[in-house]
Amino acid sequence: MNDFEFQQSATTEEAIRSVSQNENAFFLAGGTNLLDLWKYDITHPALLVDINHIDASDGITEKQDGGIQISATLSNARTAYHSIIEERYPLLSKAILAGASAQIRNMATNGGNLIQRTRCYYFYDPHLPCNKREPGSGCSAIEGYNRIHAILGASDCCIAVFPSDMCVALAALDAVVNVQGPAGERSIPFADFHRLPGDTPDIDNNLSHGELITSIDLPPEGYAQHYSYLKLRDRHSYAFALVSVATGLALDGNRISSARIALGGVAHKPWRSVDAEDFLKGKPATEESFSTAADIILKGAKGYKYNNFKIELAKKAIIRNCLMALDPASQVPGAGPSR
Amino acid sequence: MENNRTVGTPLSRLEGKLKVTGAAKYAGEYNVENLLYGYVVNSTITTGKILTIDSSVALALEGVVEVITHENRPKLPWFDLFYADMDAPPGTVFKPLYNDEIVYNGQPIALVLANDFETARYASTLVKVSYKSEEFQTCLDDHIDKARDAKKGMATMLKPPPPSPTGDFEKDYARAPVKVDSTYQHGTEHHNPIELFATTTIFEGDGKLTIYDKTQGTINSQFYVANIFGLHYKDVRVLAPYVGGAFGSGLRPQYQLFLCVMAAMHLKRNVRVTLDRAQMFTFGHRPPNVQRLRFASEVNGRLTAISHQAISETSRFEDYTEVVSTWSHKLYPAPNTLFEYKLVPLDVYTPVDMRAPGGSTAMHAIECIMDELSYKLDIDPVELRLINYTDTDPSTGKPYTSKELRQCYLKAAEQFGWEKRNPKPGSMKRGNKLVGYGMATGIWDAFQFPSRIEMVLDKSGRVTVNNAVTDIGTGTLTVMTQIAADELGIPIDMVTFSYGDSRKPFSMFQGGSAMTASTGSAIIVAAKLLKKKLFKIAKSMKNSSLAGVSEEELSLKNGGIAGINGSWVSFADLVIHNKKPIRIKKMTMPNMLKLKKYSLGTHSAAFVEVEVDQQLKTITVSRAVSAVAAGKIINPKTARSQVLGSMVWGISKALYEETIMDAKLGKYMNPNLGEYHIPVHADIGELEVIFADEKDDMINELGSKGVGEIGLVAMPAAIANAIFHATGKRINKLPIHFDELFESEGYTPLMA
Repeated sequence: MNDFEFQQSATTEEAIRSVSQNENAFFLAGGTNLLDLWKYDITHPALLVDINHIDASDGITEKQDGGIQISATLSNARTAYHSIIEERYPLLSKAILAGASAQIRNMATNGGNLIQRTRCYYFYDPHLPCNKREPGSGCSAIEGYNRIHAILGASDCCIAVFPSDMCVALAALDAVVNVQGPAGERSIPFADFHRLPGDTPDIDNNLSHGELITSIDLPPEGYAQHYSYLKLRDRHSYAFALVSVATGLALDGNRISSARIALGGVAHKPWRSVDAEDFLKGKPATEESFSTAADIILKGAKGYKYNNFKIELAKKAIIRNCLMALDPASQVPGAGPSR
Repeated sequence: MENNRTVGTPLSRLEGKLKVTGAAKYAGEYNVENLLYGYVVNSTITTGKILTIDSSVALALEGVVEVITHENRPKLPWFDLFYADMDAPPGTVFKPLYNDEIVYNGQPIALVLANDFETARYASTLVKVSYKSEEFQTCLDDHIDKARDAKKGMATMLKPPPPSPTGDFEKDYARAPVKVDSTYQHGTEHHNPIELFATTTIFEGDGKLTIYDKTQGTINSQFYVANIFGLHYKDVRVLAPYVGGAFGSGLRPQYQLFLCVMAAMHLKRNVRVTLDRAQMFTFGHRPPNVQRLRFASEVNGRLTAISHQAISETSRFEDYTEVVSTWSHKLYPAPNTLFEYKLVPLDVYTPVDMRAPGGSTAMHAIECIMDELSYKLDIDPVELRLINYTDTDPSTGKPYTSKELRQCYLKAAEQFGWEKRNPKPGSMKRGNKLVGYGMATGIWDAFQFPSRIEMVLDKSGRVTVNNAVTDIGTGTLTVMTQIAADELGIPIDMVTFSYGDSRKPFSMFQGGSAMTASTGSAIIVAAKLLKKKLFKIAKSMKNSSLAGVSEEELSLKNGGIAGINGSWVSFADLVIHNKKPIRIKKMTMPNMLKLKKYSLGTHSAAFVEVEVDQQLKTITVSRAVSAVAAGKIINPKTARSQVLGSMVWGISKALYEETIMDAKLGKYMNPNLGEYHIPVHADIGELEVIFADEKDDMINELGSKGVGEIGLVAMPAAIANAIFHATGKRINKLPIHFDELFESEGYTPLMA
């Protein structure tokens, strides 16, 4: 571990000032991914600015529009088990609890969850070409072992996936990310927060250096009546999603009045299709409707040597999860398929 | 001092509290003064040469003391034999930092020594290396055509090559009315004990070293170090009081031991080298392999022809072998047999035994093809095994010393509820899940190794039992204490089993499920000798009530010697009379003369239920029952734990565990426990263990066989067979990924 400076900030402004003045400075919250990256010789911070002691809200507050604001420094675990989240945004709670392990969820913060990096094997090996780690060096995964890689929105430069579960639910719920930086505050709609790899896969999201996520807003509609999170993976817990699906449905009788479907484990960001959601509007809540929606979502999906199965898996997962959303009680612990 | 017999009772581990409270110290936890911390630099290419290696930036870092490479290392012997450990297969042992040649990816190429671990680890990233890469071959599937016979050597004794063909396999196979031809494939696995490999070397001066090493054999490490570094055996003391799992990876000295001792000798300092998790993927592993089996039977199910051809990976420098293709004929009689075992040398490190090496590999294939055959015959899978059941070993014609496999089948089947099985694939459902029942047989060796025991009775009446054996987490300490206490008629708290130290009397490394049989039998033999000596002393005590009593009338009781007339003399008085502690030493070997008329084996049967989601195909092992026949069970609690751990491993082998080799890079791509999947709690359903009643007066003094590996052997096939029963699909490649159940063709065999 290289020598580095460590600083505890008392205010958000002070933390932002410190980080923005040093291009190799990092905010430290839970550290659950940053320290890994450091140990793996991927990241070498010169300055760590600890934001765990900032005197700001670390809870969940009700907003005037009927929505809520979730603090960025609140832990994933405390968020998932918070009564407001459990009652009004159970989809978010389920998604968080499908991720990582109890220990990691206790440490990890909501802000950190959004900016965690891919788990692509090739990204984590500093001796191999990787356009995300070292722009221009090439992608080892495209012709390598790519079981866990993207089927949607990938580029010739990068087929890595974004690993979060929590963010799949946030994407489905139309969250807004509030950030504060040297130039002031701004709010980023969730769909615009993460990026597709294109030819700059080294840039995961649209935060500028020195910008700090301060909170996440959720709109009033939490789809608490009809929701489900399904995570399919190579073991039943503590593994990243091969495919995950977050579904929220609003029903009018047997007809869908509004649908949200986001996929995880398939792209460089949580994947949503406005076309598919528009298609479902007014349609009967049936397997057939969901199947067509799945086809729309997966339009243009492209598999590689070892992950071609994800296309079929994703289709089946979307259908199943939408059916599970009709009866949220059918969800099982660990976000596995309904029994 | 009342003594109740403890053998056969579920005594908890004696060291359990020390382990769970963190008081038990492991090899990398001995803090001595002036300790230097070593961190290993590993090759980032697969084959080729080191052109330059520049340590200057690393050395300039504050706290870095030395960087040892092939260029500046101390002089080392060149003669290969000096590097050969007790478990070295035929070939040339890998010599770390020997020259500029790179023979596998991750090969250690430098050791950075610093005043603390973190500095050493950071400095290791600052060592600049330039290479000339050469072509390599690391993927077994691509080089099956290069398979050749294995070289023979010392290791061949424990792992004989397959027997010669019998009858005329090809002719009978062509004739037989019912036959199956199937190919099976396994990926690479790494042991990954939670305790990382580590060595702490204390430089004592005067050519003496005290070494805390992570090993399954203290004497093996001692010989290795003494031979290479030209030290007297007695001056090298290797200790391993606690070992946090090893599963075979500690059967051979690993490179951290070599580098740690080299650095300590070179710098005349105390040194510790600890590997990190990624480095745990840079030495031995279970090799990938391809197996083609052809089984044929009459319509009544009796096997007439069996063939098992196995191709396995090894390194370029050593011929590591396993016993793979022999197992079917140790279970099933057939007049026409053909067995082959071949190796493909590749640019990887030499594989090393991993829990149930060869056996778990072979029995997956054998028991899956038996299942397939049972479907062709329309005979129940258990029934097919019973049709081909024998109490003798068909491969040798000798009877087993004991074989309660039939009892295993019947007890486990009943407990499991096998009679509720509808044999039609896909016919059983629970909610939206397809339910599959599968079963398989397990067989494993029943080894006994030479072992030398010292017993010392002191004036407090306490007996110390000394032996160099380790306890790799199996419960050896507890079990040996139980055996000694019962044999000597004293409570367990009057016995100290002192082990894990190369200074203690000889033991082989702990492996092959052999230690209870080896060390335990040696304790029984030694106890008899001690008893004899005590009787002799008792009879010679002039004023004692036992004076002149004949030996036949004496027995050990309540921490002393009792005569038949109620007379009794305490052990303490015997020692006082003797004026010094009473001490005996005794070497025990297996009784080859008696045993050569028999075959030896441990047996098991596993019954597994899986649930497979009808649309998504996700697989869950919902429950499993294993019945094990292993002679006398010394401690039902630690034995059960061994079998449970093995069953979990079997689930892992069937569904999760695999080291991914990127053939283009020649490198393992998932060297961490996040991506190298072993089961978590959510993956494990209800597990039950049954021990068959198996009396065996023949096999050894204890009447006991090992249970360290047998619980694993049957599980992978039972799971694969259950998945077939649930889905109608046979996936012959392990681990089985649930998405493979999507494809209509399934796995395409390589050797067909």
